[in-house]
Amino acid sequence: MALKTETMILNMGPQHPSTHGVLRLELELDGELIVNVKPHIGYLHRCFEKHAEAMSYPQVIPYTDRMDYLASMYNNFGYVIAVEKLLGIQVPERVEYIRVIMGELQRIASHLVAIGTNGLDIGAFTPFLYLFRDREKILSLFEMTCGARLLYNYMWVGGLSHDIHPDFVRLTKEFINYFRPTITELNNLLTFNKIFIERTANIGVLPLDTAINYGVTGPSLRGSGLAFDIRKEDTYSIYDRFDFEIPVGQGLVGTVGDSWDRYYVRILEMEQSLRIIEQAIDQIPDGDVKAAIPKRIKPPKGTVYTRVENPRGELGYFIISDGNLNPFRVKVRAPSFVNLEVFGELCKGHLVADVIAILGSIDIVLGEVDR
Amino acid sequence: MYQFLFNLSGSEIIATIFTAAVILVFILLFVLFAVWFERKVSAHMQDRLGPMRVGWHGVLQTIADFVKMLQKEDIIATEADRKLYTIAPVLVFTGSFAAYAAIPFSSKLLGSEVEVGIFYLLAVSSFVVAGILMAGWSSNNKYSLLGAMRSAAQIVSYEIPTALVVLSIVMLTGTLSLEKISQLQTAYFWNWNIFGGPEFSLAKFLLIPFMFVGFLIIYISTLAEVNRTPFDIPEAESELVAGYFTEYCGMKWAMFMLSEYANMFAVSAIVTILFFGGYQSPFGYLGNSIGAEWLVPFEQAFWFIAKGIFFVFVQMWLRWTLPRLRVDQLMTVCWKYLIPYAFLNLIIVGFISLL
Amino acid sequence: MKQYLKNTWYGIWTVLIGMKITFKHLFTPAVTIQYPDVKVPLPERVRNRLYVNIDDCIGCDQCSRACPVNCIEIETVKSLPGENLGTTSNGKKKALWVTKFNIDIAKCCYCQLCVPPCPTECIYMTDVYEFSEFERDNLVYKFANLTEEEAVEKKSNYEKFQAEKEASRQVGAAASAKPETPVKTQQENKNE
Ligand code: SF4
Ligand code: SF4
Repeated sequence: MALKTETMILNMGPQHPSTHGVLRLELELDGELIVNVKPHIGYLHRCFEKHAEAMSYPQVIPYTDRMDYLASMYNNFGYVIAVEKLLGIQVPERVEYIRVIMGELQRIASHLVAIGTNGLDIGAFTPFLYLFRDREKILSLFEMTCGARLLYNYMWVGGLSHDIHPDFVRLTKEFINYFRPTITELNNLLTFNKIFIERTANIGVLPLDTAINYGVTGPSLRGSGLAFDIRKEDTYSIYDRFDFEIPVGQGLVGTVGDSWDRYYVRILEMEQSLRIIEQAIDQIPDGDVKAAIPKRIKPPKGTVYTRVENPRGELGYFIISDGNLNPFRVKVRAPSFVNLEVFGELCKGHLVADVIAILGSIDIVLGEVDR
Repeated sequence: MYQFLFNLSGSEIIATIFTAAVILVFILLFVLFAVWFERKVSAHMQDRLGPMRVGWHGVLQTIADFVKMLQKEDIIATEADRKLYTIAPVLVFTGSFAAYAAIPFSSKLLGSEVEVGIFYLLAVSSFVVAGILMAGWSSNNKYSLLGAMRSAAQIVSYEIPTALVVLSIVMLTGTLSLEKISQLQTAYFWNWNIFGGPEFSLAKFLLIPFMFVGFLIIYISTLAEVNRTPFDIPEAESELVAGYFTEYCGMKWAMFMLSEYANMFAVSAIVTILFFGGYQSPFGYLGNSIGAEWLVPFEQAFWFIAKGIFFVFVQMWLRWTLPRLRVDQLMTVCWKYLIPYAFLNLIIVGFISLL
Repeated sequence: MKQYLKNTWYGIWTVLIGMKITFKHLFTPAVTIQYPDVKVPLPERVRNRLYVNIDDCIGCDQCSRACPVNCIEIETVKSLPGENLGTTSNGKKKALWVTKFNIDIAKCCYCQLCVPPCPTECIYMTDVYEFSEFERDNLVYKFANLTEEEAVEKKSNYEKFQAEKEASRQVGAAASAKPETPVKTQQENKNE
């Protein structure tokens, strides 16, 4: 006679070392095998969208910072583009270039955290700290420019809060030269480490059709093998002027779309970002960093949707203006939120330890999931 | 040492207590050092500084932490099984402490000359499993339970490759006594087992690669036995928070830490004795050459501890380099890789030693 | 079998590569510093605690309106015609007594939105970042340089003046009988 068995519910989070913030996962376990995963979100809900309705257009920008706090620049970027479209204004060339450079630096900084924490979840502590060391260098560039290290409020409607620092160009070039070898070092230390490969290859395979059905975007989608990048697909700002590639997952060490592919796509993307910065940094034209816009931003009635390629995927802003000082409605399509939905699908049939590896490879930021 | 004290005092009890006390003091001092050392090693490997405030480069940090730990409230969860919960840390520590009884620190300084020392060590060191299981079960916490289960499976499995490698050494030396194994590898470092043992013959040179493989296997499996990265699955902090000691705090938690570090040295000692000449100096003794015979045991103790600490350092080095394996991969490494290799190694070493 | 040996080899080899890298780092100088003893020099644009040079403040309330979290609280009282409040350093004439200028730094999100609107550049961010307190109330920074009595006095002065004006106007324009209320609301608006 077979023994009666039952599954065990394990509550992972919201206070757990590797749920990347305050995500709560309800794991149904059979031994250590995952039968079911239920993510519970909302612990970090701060009513961004409702708040935005009570703020004037420029005042919303500090709030966008706080959604995806690892990629604040890019959140600003998406929002200001939306408002500028609503206003129908053009920003100076110089602003566009600086925005792209800042955005790409931010992408690198954000990927560094994503890669580092993915490694940390798997137990590699040292690469994590090396990556944070490098991220600090980028943050210092930001601090030099706008005075803040994490929540920048740098891109303003119609321009930037500050012009770049006179040393910025030189230091950025130094950073690029410094950073290339550290990617190689990282690859040697972590990416191609046998244990790391064992832990991530063939784990949490996300087939392309599932990814598309769930609306997954960003490196997670590209890891599954589709070269979809809004910078190319629906070009905004001046991304069409630069030459860069869209890395996709190829299943180098396992199946296409596994955790390792998602991880590796990020590494390759950092290299592409470096390329974009290299091209842009020498071409920054002279000029003003503020477009001539009225002091009180009061867009005409209308709606606008813009999307940008945030380090985590498609970040969309949908704004309805009723012609007042405050937006009537701001809706955010948060990539982390959408990407998290596929998580349960990925985990089924894996072990507890894999949940962590998969979660790390999807790279969510709870600030953005909950908003 | 026991014998010496016994002769001196004429009482078994005094001799036993005193010997035990010396070893306990050694363990405590070692743990104080090792915790600090691990922090410093990890810090410098990660381009950090580590503790710097308490004493020179933070040497007294562990003592400060210890004092802090003493002051902590001893919390026992309501649903925990109080008796087992309290016994577990003691049991775990006893296991690792008992192992020290048979370790020859030098020709004079050893707790007890057990003839079957190496088997005693292997047996006692798996005593820890019982404590860990108890801790995991009694905490009444799912994470602890998972950690304990993993740990039990892991420690039991990894006994096998360890034992197989030990067997090959036993075959080569023909003794089970740790003291004798150490004695055999006397004089210079080319007499160590890793270089094929003291006998100078063709077999010695043939043995070197296999001894090296044996060393790798036993080092890896002892690493797993003491739950160090890449095998720190029972306490994988990113998955199980802290594994079987999640619920522990204060001094009870310190006991687990104590035994973890004590175990680190114990397994390094085993590796040292089996392959790296135990307490033997690599270049002969200062005491012998200047005619001060009494100096030799101290020199031996120095070499033994130095070697032990070197292997502890390698353990730390690995820990701060590698990610950790998954449960099933851990078993794969053990059953599919280490055990076949160890077997093959055993057979080959057997044939060569017949030569 | 070949795969098996390759796996073993690859496992050992990559571990050794990793160990080489970490060993190298054992001897590279640390990037962290001993914080309270050593501090990183802050860049000039750094955004930390706000400071208001109250002597230059004209009480225009622009900064408070720009703030997304409403952490600046300003109260002003109109000066009387005869009073001279001096001018700001860039030559603007002051016309309001700033009776209250509180910034609740605990609420402030350091967004710096309050800085650019200021016409006299008297509110700015400094590089002070170590100002933790045990009481949250201590984080409310009071910049107004009038004492409470002075503030009350100014207020009552103004009210008296207003009442007098009102009275004289009422006397003067008793015939036209202007409604009182709109005047009052206007005043309130200005005061806010
Ligand atoms: S920095 Fe931002 S939050 Fe702080 S007072 Fe100024 S506007 Fe308000
Ligand atoms: S904007 Fe400047 S002048 Fe106006 S109230 Fe604020 S600090 Fe004073």
